[in-house]
Amino acid sequence: MNVLWLQSGGCGGCTMSLLCAESPDVLATLEGGGVSLLWHPSLSEASGREAVAILESCIAGTTPLDVLCVEGALLRGPHGSGRFHVLAGTGQAMIDWVRALAARARHTVAVGTCAAFGGVTAAAYNPTDACGLQYDGNAAGGLLGAGYRSASGLPVINVAGCPTHPGWVLETLLALALDGIAAADLDALGRPRFYADQLVHHGCSRNEFYEFKASAEKASDLGCMMEHMGCKGTQAHADCNVRPWNGAGSCTSGGYPCISCTEPGFEEPGHPFFETPKVGGIPIGLPTDMPKAWFVALAALSKSATPKRVRTNATADHPVVTPVIRKTGLK
Amino acid sequence: MSRRVLGPFNRVEGDLELSLDTDDGVVSAARVNSPLYRGFEQILEGKVPADALVIVPRICGICSVSQSVAAATALADAMGVTPPPNGARATNLMLATENLADHLTHFYLFFMPDFARDAYAGAPWFASAEARFKAIRGAAAADVLPARAQFMHLLGTLAGKWPHTLSVQPGGSARAVSATERVRMVSLIRHFRAWLERHLFGDALEAISGIGSEAALWEWFDAKGPERGDFARFLGIARNLRLDRLGRCEGGERYLSHGNYVFEGERLFARGVWDGVSASLLDFAHEDVTEDVSHAWMAGEGACHPLSGFTQPDIARESGYSWCKAPRWRGEVVQCGALSRQVVDAHPLARDLVAAGGGNVFSRVVGRLLEIARVVPEMERWALAIEPGERFCTEAGVPDSAQGVGLIEAARGALGHWVVIRKGRIQRYQIIAPTTWNFSPRDERGTPGALEQALVGTPACESDEMPLAVQHVVRSFDPCMVCTVH
Ligand code: SF4
Ligand code: SF4
Repeated sequence: MNVLWLQSGGCGGCTMSLLCAESPDVLATLEGGGVSLLWHPSLSEASGREAVAILESCIAGTTPLDVLCVEGALLRGPHGSGRFHVLAGTGQAMIDWVRALAARARHTVAVGTCAAFGGVTAAAYNPTDACGLQYDGNAAGGLLGAGYRSASGLPVINVAGCPTHPGWVLETLLALALDGIAAADLDALGRPRFYADQLVHHGCSRNEFYEFKASAEKASDLGCMMEHMGCKGTQAHADCNVRPWNGAGSCTSGGYPCISCTEPGFEEPGHPFFETPKVGGIPIGLPTDMPKAWFVALAALSKSATPKRVRTNATADHPVVTPVIRKTGLK
Repeated sequence: MSRRVLGPFNRVEGDLELSLDTDDGVVSAARVNSPLYRGFEQILEGKVPADALVIVPRICGICSVSQSVAAATALADAMGVTPPPNGARATNLMLATENLADHLTHFYLFFMPDFARDAYAGAPWFASAEARFKAIRGAAAADVLPARAQFMHLLGTLAGKWPHTLSVQPGGSARAVSATERVRMVSLIRHFRAWLERHLFGDALEAISGIGSEAALWEWFDAKGPERGDFARFLGIARNLRLDRLGRCEGGERYLSHGNYVFEGERLFARGVWDGVSASLLDFAHEDVTEDVSHAWMAGEGACHPLSGFTQPDIARESGYSWCKAPRWRGEVVQCGALSRQVVDAHPLARDLVAAGGGNVFSRVVGRLLEIARVVPEMERWALAIEPGERFCTEAGVPDSAQGVGLIEAARGALGHWVVIRKGRIQRYQIIAPTTWNFSPRDERGTPGALEQALVGTPACESDEMPLAVQHVVRSFDPCMVCTVH
């Protein structure tokens, strides 16, 4: 399966994240899965004309393009010209290259939230008129249009995340190479459901603090970060706390809130990232699937029942009260 | 004279285009263009200061911790807060992990594969270079990727994830390290050391950092030859191809380092500018820095200090040929990077190499590998010194009105963030990244930037679409174009 990888208006971080793949490493995984890289800007030998020739041959249909991976937002500005990002040496806007290649691709994959939805490049007043391949923030459309389907009949596959986890990318590519991905394997935003049907909250090491609404108040506290620190783990679709990052980590285990980087528009939450917006003391962003009245009732009850250990540890940076050892004889 | 435009340049981070004039097969003038603009400085204006910690790392996926540390340092300066010792250790460990992983990625995946190209098929070292460094297929990639990924577990623990962590805070680190995690980190660092000593150096790190002159370096090489390890393989190729005569920037014999790895007010690597012509170390003050927009697609006139500078794209600007501004120190072109850091810090090998041939393809690569050997033992010391149970982060508020400067060293060199806060919001945010210094366009006096000068004199035969010597010079700087143009 031939994969062509382009970097558009992003930071290259999704590629760098990919290089952190393990057991086996990224190149071994791709090779073992029958995936060959036609060209990748960070890894391939070919430069200049040689590289452009590979792109041209895909557009001409001479080289079959099984998967087009695009990393980074598509920059439409200034004034729709795409001149904020010209593919070096070609004088042509990257958005034109992407349009021509997407028209040929059997599958089109957006690697990362920039390519999927616009991402941080589209933050504030979006100075470069950045968008995703098939989304402009929450709105379907983007560079290729809401009606775009690759040759396989699928919409753009959005491996969202800022950056994406190497496992999300590799498993998507391997699935495409092995027996394909069906429309039902993608969620309503085009994200592979194998990781997007989960919430960051699942498996978070702070779950016990969450249960008792024992909350962190400042950076480095151990408590749940939902109430005061802006954590969106209960709403963000991703398996970050079940599938470790860099061998051992996740945002919430790293001491900071989930900012829901797999969601369209995460770059502009409408409030400071490290604050939880509240109305009448109640966070407005309630957990997915939870009616507000239940949340309020449950939170009040659980707060009144918080064990001293959990309450004390919530505002410390290491456990200061350890679980008691008690022989109940009831086990 | 003939002129040609080269691109895309792969195996550099981000987008790069060169316009070269050649005479008799040699580059007579070069213009460096960064053909990508994203507008981070514009995006930051009007946000609450802490939001910079979310936005700024996303400038760059290869040196995102560096961007985080620069932002946190600028905010800490504005807030008047100092991280506690554990916070400083954790921050230094995160920054060092990223910097060393960058050096490794650059050497193995970006730079060395060029010596495995068919064009070198006749060279005596070719078979070995091809087996080891061929892009994607070479044996070295299979060795280095797992080692790199495992080394990055340090960031899994300290940073939650890489790239784009939020554990780097103005007051220290949001991630306290437990006693057992400290032990695990020491073990990871030692494991990484063992890998380096086996594959990269074929010798103890201390033996490498103890090499005190170019003569001693060649003695070390001659003792066992190129098969000792990948560093020695590079040395053999460099001697054969005379890489020390390639890519010298004659008009930029000034080496800048902001200094790095701060602990209790001291820097492990010194701050300053080494003047290669007078062979003397000059003080660096950020007040001496200006950015000039005369040859960028940017609105504005002339040069100004980052605290009064702004970023407004203007694609119609006729003299413009890049999205990159031109930073200058006391009005002069300077270069930065690992070699500059080691020269400013007075490492005898780095000083000797620069005295002999200036910054060139050879000395820049040696500077990078020398730094790996010097920093890993420091990392082990920092990790061992962590005191579990003590604070990692100091809490502090952001004043309504303030300004801050964050000067640190990313893998590729001097990185500076300048922030002005008014009414609790970011009024101005200006960034000068390492590659902005190195790959700067011309300034208002018409003086070319460091790479533009370094390319002059490089062999570039007219029939060759993408001359290899040009590629070596470009990649020897390890450019990061996404940082450059942010
Ligand atoms: S910190 Fe976030 S993800 Fe973790 S338990 Fe609290 S709400 Fe859930
Ligand atoms: S925890 Fe949240 S912010 Fe962090 S990577 Fe996962 S989805 Fe993104």
